[in-house]
Amino acid sequence: MKHLDEYRDEKIANALVAKLKSKATKPWVLMEVCGGQTHTLVRYGIDGLLPAGMEMIHGPGCPVCVTPLETIDKALTLAEMPNVILATYGDMMRVPGSTTDLLHVKAKGGNVRMVYSPLDALKIARENPSREIVFFGVGFETTAPPNAAAVWQAGRQGITNFSLLASHVLVPPALRALLSDSGNRVQGLIAPGHVCSIVGLDDYHSIAHEFHLPIVVGGFEPVDLLEAIVLLVDQLESGRAEVENQYSRSVRVEGNPLAQTMLTDVLEVCDRKWRGLGEIPKSGLKVRAKYAAWDAEAKFGLADKFVEEPKECISAMILQGRKKPPECSAFGVRCTPERPLGAPMVSSEGACAAYYQYRRYESAAELAGGAR
Amino acid sequence: MSVLSCPLPIPTDEFVVLGHGSGGRLSARMMEETFLPAFRNTALERGDDQGVFEAPAGRIAMSTDSYVVKPLFFPGGNIGELAVYGTVNDLAVGGATPKYLSAGFILEEGLSLDTLRQIVDSMSHAARRCGVEIITGDTKVVEKGSGDQIYINTAGVGFIPSGINYSAANVRPGDKIILSGSLGDHGITILAQREGMELGGDLHSDSAPLHLLCAAAMAAAPTLHAMRDLTRGGLSSALNEIAQKSGNGMEIDQRAIPVSEVVRGACELFGLDPLYVANEGKMIAFVPAAEAAASVAAMRNIETGSEARIIGEVTEKHPRMVTMRTSLGTERIVDMLAQDQLPRIC
Repeated sequence: MKHLDEYRDEKIANALVAKLKSKATKPWVLMEVCGGQTHTLVRYGIDGLLPAGMEMIHGPGCPVCVTPLETIDKALTLAEMPNVILATYGDMMRVPGSTTDLLHVKAKGGNVRMVYSPLDALKIARENPSREIVFFGVGFETTAPPNAAAVWQAGRQGITNFSLLASHVLVPPALRALLSDSGNRVQGLIAPGHVCSIVGLDDYHSIAHEFHLPIVVGGFEPVDLLEAIVLLVDQLESGRAEVENQYSRSVRVEGNPLAQTMLTDVLEVCDRKWRGLGEIPKSGLKVRAKYAAWDAEAKFGLADKFVEEPKECISAMILQGRKKPPECSAFGVRCTPERPLGAPMVSSEGACAAYYQYRRYESAAELAGGAR
Repeated sequence: MSVLSCPLPIPTDEFVVLGHGSGGRLSARMMEETFLPAFRNTALERGDDQGVFEAPAGRIAMSTDSYVVKPLFFPGGNIGELAVYGTVNDLAVGGATPKYLSAGFILEEGLSLDTLRQIVDSMSHAARRCGVEIITGDTKVVEKGSGDQIYINTAGVGFIPSGINYSAANVRPGDKIILSGSLGDHGITILAQREGMELGGDLHSDSAPLHLLCAAAMAAAPTLHAMRDLTRGGLSSALNEIAQKSGNGMEIDQRAIPVSEVVRGACELFGLDPLYVANEGKMIAFVPAAEAAASVAAMRNIETGSEARIIGEVTEKHPRMVTMRTSLGTERIVDMLAQDQLPRIC
């Protein structure tokens, strides 16, 4: 299949690995930001192909994992309301709130629908004029424009029974928080390709400059990631700290202006709590006041209530790249996809789920040694 | 002046009504007009509470399954056909020759009788194709809203030839794993239908009976150890179940596993893994290495096995775990799903 097979090809991958081994002279520590990239890395065992000592740290880019417990609880509250139909992506159905998840609310009679696009939720709103339809939209800059477009369309078409429960987060502020931390070990960054396809490269140029950090915008297939790693090592070995675009088949320097216009018309930057990372200033997006009629939080008067995370879950350490999943005492024992303690075990993009699914035969000791 | 007259009952020729499940005249009429003409056979025509058949000496296999697919009709099949093939396949992979089925129908009030007739005709056609007879059955009607048009349960029996004893527990290290064809066609067809997506290509369910394919594999491999049909949970679930039951590990090679372009494309789009997507006309066989090539050749002579190939083997390493060599040459676990696969956000 075109645009797929060549990015999963053993010969091309082996050539890149050989190149990497000939270039790398030090045990560089790199971070892939996006959960989709983590998933590919673990699924294809790419970290096991790297030169000895070189390490990949898994970043905070799993949208499901960083959605705060309070927001999940708000979605659960809405789903239990008799006149509400709550629509969301498949990934969100199993994420545990403080007491239950959407699949259980659905089983008990809550009207929860799994959709592939917020525009599907808008369609449900048109077809059910006497019900309130709430789209629970989470994610990074990638999923924000379509959610904004749904609100914009609802406004334009006068659909008043539709609203958005938005918990959007922005990548650059979280990266700045991680990179500024005194314990930071990251020496090079694979930036999230899909996020950059929306917002462009400007923010990443600033980060590369600010932290003297090599950054490569990377794709999501095995060969994409290996290419990005080769480019990063090349920069590190030659002392450069620039932004390079490995994922040029999708990412333009300026991003997607149309999506940016839609996003800024409907959403505005706000402070946001990240699950596992805490509150990060100006790291989120919320619905602008002029669209308050389509903002579920305003419409239903949902108040924030503090919820405590399960004590044994070390998702904060995982999301900050300080620990690998098998280093958690609950991993695979008291925390499994059937009974998750925290979000990284739930989402298919979560680091814990990826390790559980593809590699749980490895011991923590093997991982502590760096590569497989 | 209006004419006084007794109210006539509303004709009930178009839709299923509660009365069709009452056991009264409407039920009898449905039997006479819909089920009997389609399924006609000696046992059914006796009209007794049970179907009676002669059994040879030896072992008899029995299996049951319930069918709740939505939509009822889809490219490549329908619920009636699935209800016959599904149970036939469960018997056939046990080495049995499928012989007799029962059929239980739960109908939702308001179901079109035309739709019911189409489904029943399809079952009749499917049964003839498999050489089985539907010799007993039942119909119940539930109120509108208490069901989803039609649910079907079938149970079946088949006769096992002497000397045949297939079971997951027989699988041994060194056995080759043979897959009969491409993965995911049924699951992706249903998903595309539900989502109203035109995925292009010749996408249709692989719904098919496997009795001839199983017979071919059995004839070519006298010491065959086990067979499984791949349904919900896909290849991954079948392999994991057998790994668990036999206490062995399984190693498969991603590059050997056929998946059509359109199914691959759809899986990429929805964020699904074809190893976990449902099939309705595929099977795997565990065959000692010496008999594997002959089995593959024999299976390829059967229409439903034209793409049969060896995809891996049973190993003593990592007991009860399935691993896969990826297209990159690395190895990863192929895990059992916790629940249904859910599409990803991005």
